Amino acid sequence: MKRILIHDVTLRDGNHAISHKMTAVQIAAYAAAADAAGVPVVEVGHGNGLGASSLQVGESAISDELMLKTARMNLPDSKLAIHVIPGFATINKDLKLAIDNGVDVVRVASHCTEADITQRHINYVRDRGKEAYGVLMMSHMASKETLVEESQKMESYGAEGVIIFDSAGTYLPGQVSERVRELVASLNIPVGFHAHNNLGLGIANSMAAAEAGASIIDGSARGFGAGSGNAQIEVLIAVLEKMDYQTGVDFYRMLDAADLAERDLLKEIPRIKSLSIVSGLSGVFSGFIKPVERISREFNVDARDVLFELGRRQVVAGQEDIIIDVVSKLCATKDER
Amino acid sequence: MKKTRVAILGSGNIGTDLLIKILRSQYLECSLFIGRHLNSPGMNKAGSLGVRISDLSIEAIEREPDCCQVVFDATSALDHRKHWPVLKKLNKRVIDLTPSGIGEMCVPALNIEHCLDIENVNMITCGGQASIPLASVIGNTQDVEYIEVVSTIASRSAGPATRINLDEYVESTEKGIRKFSGCSNVKAILTLSPAQPPIDMQTTVFAKVTRPDMQALKEEIPKMAGRVQHYVPGYSIIVPPMVESDRLVTMVRVRGLGDYLPKYAGNMDIINCAAIAMAEEYAKAGEGERGGDGR
Repeated sequence: MKRILIHDVTLRDGNHAISHKMTAVQIAAYAAAADAAGVPVVEVGHGNGLGASSLQVGESAISDELMLKTARMNLPDSKLAIHVIPGFATINKDLKLAIDNGVDVVRVASHCTEADITQRHINYVRDRGKEAYGVLMMSHMASKETLVEESQKMESYGAEGVIIFDSAGTYLPGQVSERVRELVASLNIPVGFHAHNNLGLGIANSMAAAEAGASIIDGSARGFGAGSGNAQIEVLIAVLEKMDYQTGVDFYRMLDAADLAERDLLKEIPRIKSLSIVSGLSGVFSGFIKPVERISREFNVDARDVLFELGRRQVVAGQEDIIIDVVSKLCATKDER
Repeated sequence: MKKTRVAILGSGNIGTDLLIKILRSQYLECSLFIGRHLNSPGMNKAGSLGVRISDLSIEAIEREPDCCQVVFDATSALDHRKHWPVLKKLNKRVIDLTPSGIGEMCVPALNIEHCLDIENVNMITCGGQASIPLASVIGNTQDVEYIEVVSTIASRSAGPATRINLDEYVESTEKGIRKFSGCSNVKAILTLSPAQPPIDMQTTVFAKVTRPDMQALKEEIPKMAGRVQHYVPGYSIIVPPMVESDRLVTMVRVRGLGDYLPKYAGNMDIINCAAIAMAEEYAKAGEGERGGDGR
C-alpha cells in the first residue's frame, strides 16, 4: 500500500478565511484535536506565513511567537510546520525565532519562477537540523518544464520535498497529473500538491496528484482556507483510504477535529461563491477575494471586473496593494462614462 | 569642463546600467569598468562602448589608484565589506549600491547635501529609494505609529545578487525608513513577480496614522515626488494619498529609462539614478578644488 503524507494547513491557510484573526484558544483547540487524530504535520501561522502580518495582507490577531508556542504546546506527537516566503520573512527576524520555538518543518515558498530566493532560507533550516520543503506558489503560471527547473533548484538547496500550490484554484485534474508526473520523474525527492477549491476540484485535483505519484497532499478541516478553501482534509483521508493509500490518520478522530474546527474556528463553512469561481477562472490567488470584495464595495465597482483585471495583470500573492490601483482605475473609467 | 573620473566595481545588471547612464553625464566619465570575468555580458557591453575594462576586481583600483576619484560599488553586500577598507585607504569617494549597511544612507531628494562630506554613502535599496521620500513626508506631517512599504518588481529585473540578498534588502530598507521617517515601527516587503510581459516596478507606502492630515499630504506628496523626478524621470504617483480601511496608502510606479534592461526594470533605474545624482553633486562641488591641480 502506498503512503501519503498529509500536511494539515487549517491553522495557516484558514487564517486567510478570517482575515488572519485566529486566536490562541482556537489554535490550541484544533492543534490538540489534529494531534489526537495522528495528523503527521500541522502548519500554523498568518495566511502568508511567518512575518507576513501587515497592512498589505492583513494583520494577525496574535504574534507569530504566540501562535508557535501555542501550537507547539498542543502538538505532542505531530510535527509543527510553518510557511515562509522570503521577501516577507527574514532569517534573523523570523526563521530563527520559529526554530527556537520548536518548529520541526519549514515550508519555504516562492512564486513559481523564483526558487532561487529560497536558497538561504532552506540552507538555514537544514543547518539547524530541521526539515525543509520547497513550495512553488501560483504554479499554474509556469510551464511544467519551468516547474521542473525551479523544483530542481530547490532540491539542490537541500529541500526534502517540493510542493506545488494551486494558489488560484484554477487547475483541472489533467493539468495537475501532467505537472506532478513530470516532477516525480525529474526529482529525487517527494512531490506534493496543495489544492484550492475555487472550481470545485479540490479533492479531484488532489486525487489526480496522488495518482500521478505525489506523496504529500495538503488539506484543511472543512476546507478552511483562502477563497473557497482547500482540499477538505477529512474527505481527503476518506477518499485516499478508499483508494488504498495509507495516511496513518485516524478517520473518526479526523472527523472529530473537523467538527471542532467548524464549531470553534470557522465563521462560515467554505463554499464556492461567485467570486471564488471568478478567481479560479481568472487565475487570481484565492486570498485576494476578501480584500477585492471589501475594496470594490467601498468604491462601488464590480468585484468581478476587478478580479478579471487582476488576472489580466497576472498578480501574485503579496501584490494586494494592486487591488487599490485597479479599483481606482475602474472608478475613473466609470466616472468618464 | 573637466569631468570627474569614476570607476564601476561590478559588471552585473546594475553596474552595466550605471555605465550607460554615466556615458550621458555632463559631469562624470567612467575611466574603468571592473568585473571578474572578461567574458561576462556586462564586460562585453562595456568593451563595445569603448570603455576600459578590467577583470581584476578591487585589485584594479589598488594597482592604479589614480584612475578615478569616485568608485561605485555594484557588487554585493559581502564584497563591499571587503572593498571598503581598501578604498578608504586610497581616499576614494565611495557610492555603495549594495545593502551592506556600512555607509551613510543617502536618498538624494532628502539628504544629498549632507552626504557631500561623507566618504562612503550607501544607496540603501531600490524599494528604499522609491518609498523613503514618501515615508519621510508621512513621518514629518502626520502622527504616525507604523509605516509599511511594499515593492513588487519583475522577476527578470532581479539579478542573482538581488535574489540572494533578499534578507539584506528587507533589513536595509527598514533601517532607511526608520531613519528618514522618524517612525520606529516599520516593515518592508518585496515581491518578485513572474508576470509576462514583465510588470513595472510598483511601490506602495502604507501607514497607520492617528487623525490623518490629508491636506498636508495632498500638498507635500506631489512636491516630494517632483524632487525625485528631477533625477528619476520615470517616478510617478499612481495612487495619491488616500485612506482605505484605516490604512493611509499611496502608490508610485517607477519606469526605467530602458538603458541596459528594459523599461520595466524601474527598480534598477531608480537606485542607479540616485547614485548618479549623488556622484554628480560631488563632481559639481569638487569643481573648484580640482581646478588648481592642473588636471
